[in-house]
Amino acid sequence: MSDQSVPDEEVRHVAELARIGLDDEEVEEFSEQFSEILSAFETLDEVPEAERDGDLENVMRADEVREGLSQEEALRNAPDSEDGYFKGPSVS
Amino acid sequence: MSGDSIFITKERIAGDREGPLAGERVAVKDNISTEGVRTTCGSAMLSEYVPPYDATVVERLKDAGAEIVGKANMDEFGMGSTTETSHFGSTENPAAEGHVPGGSSGGSAAAVAAGEADLALGTDTGGSIRNPAAFCGVVGIKPTYGLVSRYGLVAYANSLEQIGPLAPTVEGAARLLDAIAGPDERDATTRREGAETDYAGAVDGDVDGLSIGIPTELVEGAHDGVRERFWDAIDELESRGASSHEVSLPSIEHAVAAYYVIAMSEASSNLARYDGVRYGPDTDSEGNWNESFADVRDRGFGDEVKRRILLGTYALSAGYHEKYYGKAQQARAWVEQDFEEAFEEADVLASPTMPVPPFELGESLDDPLQMYLSDANTVPVNLANLPAISVPAGTTDGLPVGFQLIGPKFGEKRIVRAASALEG
Repeated sequence: MSDQSVPDEEVRHVAELARIGLDDEEVEEFSEQFSEILSAFETLDEVPEAERDGDLENVMRADEVREGLSQEEALRNAPDSEDGYFKGPSVS
Repeated sequence: MSGDSIFITKERIAGDREGPLAGERVAVKDNISTEGVRTTCGSAMLSEYVPPYDATVVERLKDAGAEIVGKANMDEFGMGSTTETSHFGSTENPAAEGHVPGGSSGGSAAAVAAGEADLALGTDTGGSIRNPAAFCGVVGIKPTYGLVSRYGLVAYANSLEQIGPLAPTVEGAARLLDAIAGPDERDATTRREGAETDYAGAVDGDVDGLSIGIPTELVEGAHDGVRERFWDAIDELESRGASSHEVSLPSIEHAVAAYYVIAMSEASSNLARYDGVRYGPDTDSEGNWNESFADVRDRGFGDEVKRRILLGTYALSAGYHEKYYGKAQQARAWVEQDFEEAFEEADVLASPTMPVPPFELGESLDDPLQMYLSDANTVPVNLANLPAISVPAGTTDGLPVGFQLIGPKFGEKRIVRAASALEG
């Protein structure tokens, strides 16, 4: 196992991509754990080429209108809504 | 033990109809949607979420006449091996005081072990039905991918997870599987093979002539007491006319890494939907769109969930995609090939379900990598989309040990039959 931590900056960058706020303590903890976990993942470099047999098939159904959730049901779990719409945070 | 730590929500949904499960009390893992009853996934993020519809398996339970008695505790979003990552607190193992019930379907297994339910539904992404079945001394089946509909299951890692039964006996698990198996037009990954099944009919203990392959890689590293119980079970099957031989699965040593890379990558994508707008905790964040989302997700997710989302995002990010995700897919294909070859010379494969006896409560939380490694015997099955069953195989130092039988795709009957031979 490598002793080198994943740099804090890299953890912060990934957290930004994943839209997860982290405090400094979490960044430090994750940066240590990630180096250990990622070096365990590096054993995958030894894996030879292998092909998956293709037992996949397309599954289609007719494109027909069917019953769905009512507007009320769809909005029921939203913390905030207005005039039948979800209400989100401001964009800018 | 009381049911207090077993269920997140206790709720009686009566089965008033006649059916094959009439009179049975069933616990449902809390990541399976139940109309009008909150479904939390063990997370603060969904602590107040009430689904407007039933999962297909829940509809089928109702149609079969079962009574649902509660939503069972679980590791948050199915991420954990001990049920200790649940936002609602951990569940104690009714079969081993002071120990974890296993994870992530720990509440479901504990409900059955404590007699709080006759049967239970769990989900298995990397062993999450078999692991708690082994730790709690009950039976659990991870079905072939595509046998059971995942419609209404809150997704963690779609390509790996299946809903399956837990029960005190092989027969009970088989009957519950009969009730929920079969194609569903709302889940295009379900297959015809489950349409008309009679797994309960296979519970006859007949293993005469059965050929059992034993992957040495899954036995050698196991705890001494676990290994002893494993060989006792093999002896028992041989005394009833089965034969065993060693098989080698060289890909297996890469399975855990491949599993976690794939599961975390899928998780990072699936859990992107938790932004606090359509559901989730109310936030009084004053920030913009991105800042508000990051704030909701910081507060709504626990450490293990954050860890997996971040590692999955990392594994999929520019520059690392081929190194981690691409390689993991190659390893998955290799694991699948290895199993196919093993089944050319064996009817079933056998191993200990968990290489260790149940952890003590609190023992494994500080070291995530160590926890990931404990899944070594179960994750290869999910990577290869195979069915497997865990059946009790006695105890070591008073702690339950599970015996795992793995079958070829849609070979549920075969593993149910073989497992039933180990019951008194």
